[in-house]
Amino acid sequence: MSIALYFFAGLSAAAALGVLLFRQVLYAALSLLACLLSLAGLYIVMQAEYVAVTQIIIYAGGILVIILFGIMITSRLAGKPMQVSTQYPVIGSLLALLIFCALVLSQPAVTSHTSDFSTNHWQRAGRWLMTEYALAFESAGVLLLICLIGAAVTAIYQRES
Amino acid sequence: MSPVLLYLSFLLFALGVLVVLTKRDAIVVLLGIELILSAAILNAIHFNQQFPDRMDGQLFALFIIVIAVCEAVVGMSIIIRVYRYYHTAVPDQINELNER
Repeated sequence: MSIALYFFAGLSAAAALGVLLFRQVLYAALSLLACLLSLAGLYIVMQAEYVAVTQIIIYAGGILVIILFGIMITSRLAGKPMQVSTQYPVIGSLLALLIFCALVLSQPAVTSHTSDFSTNHWQRAGRWLMTEYALAFESAGVLLLICLIGAAVTAIYQRES
Repeated sequence: MSPVLLYLSFLLFALGVLVVLTKRDAIVVLLGIELILSAAILNAIHFNQQFPDRMDGQLFALFIIVIAVCEAVVGMSIIIRVYRYYHTAVPDQINELNER
């Protein structure tokens, strides 16, 4: 269990580093896909199977497809593969290092609990979603609908004439 | 639980901030925001492990994923719209209202 945890953690950290270091936008997006998939594996190790499956379906299957479509559309208009350049590398790294150090210095003490493997997480998650989190669940659905309509209206193709 | 997960979420957050700050392409900035939200999800699940009889952290992670979906979709549609109009996805080059 611990080996899988370290494996997935290292994989996701390396893939997140790839998002930063790749110069081609397509490679950065595929690196983010690797990072999200290894995070899903990490969630399975942490016994959050519900979130892991949602992560694979929505993040890796939905968001990445949208971003890849965006890269395809924008690079088709330009006619060449998209390269990304960096700006303010020194100030940016200093600020990110500062944030990392501040987070490390202010981390809370996390005590360990070993939860039992016998509990049915799917059943519990469904029950919680339909009882205590019913309002948030329905609001999330309404938010997704609004976002869908808004994105379609924003990105619709209009002829200039 | 081992503190490696906490350090992993710190690293993801810092890398996401770095990507958002230093990259000049709007799509890559979106990727950085996804990294930041992934760090938030990882933290929510990690702190949920302290309370095995509750599921608040995992459900919060679910709602963070929903917010990330909305943000990515709306951001991508705005980028495509801007790209059609200005033929660039670099935010620095969209300076029509800039006084020159």
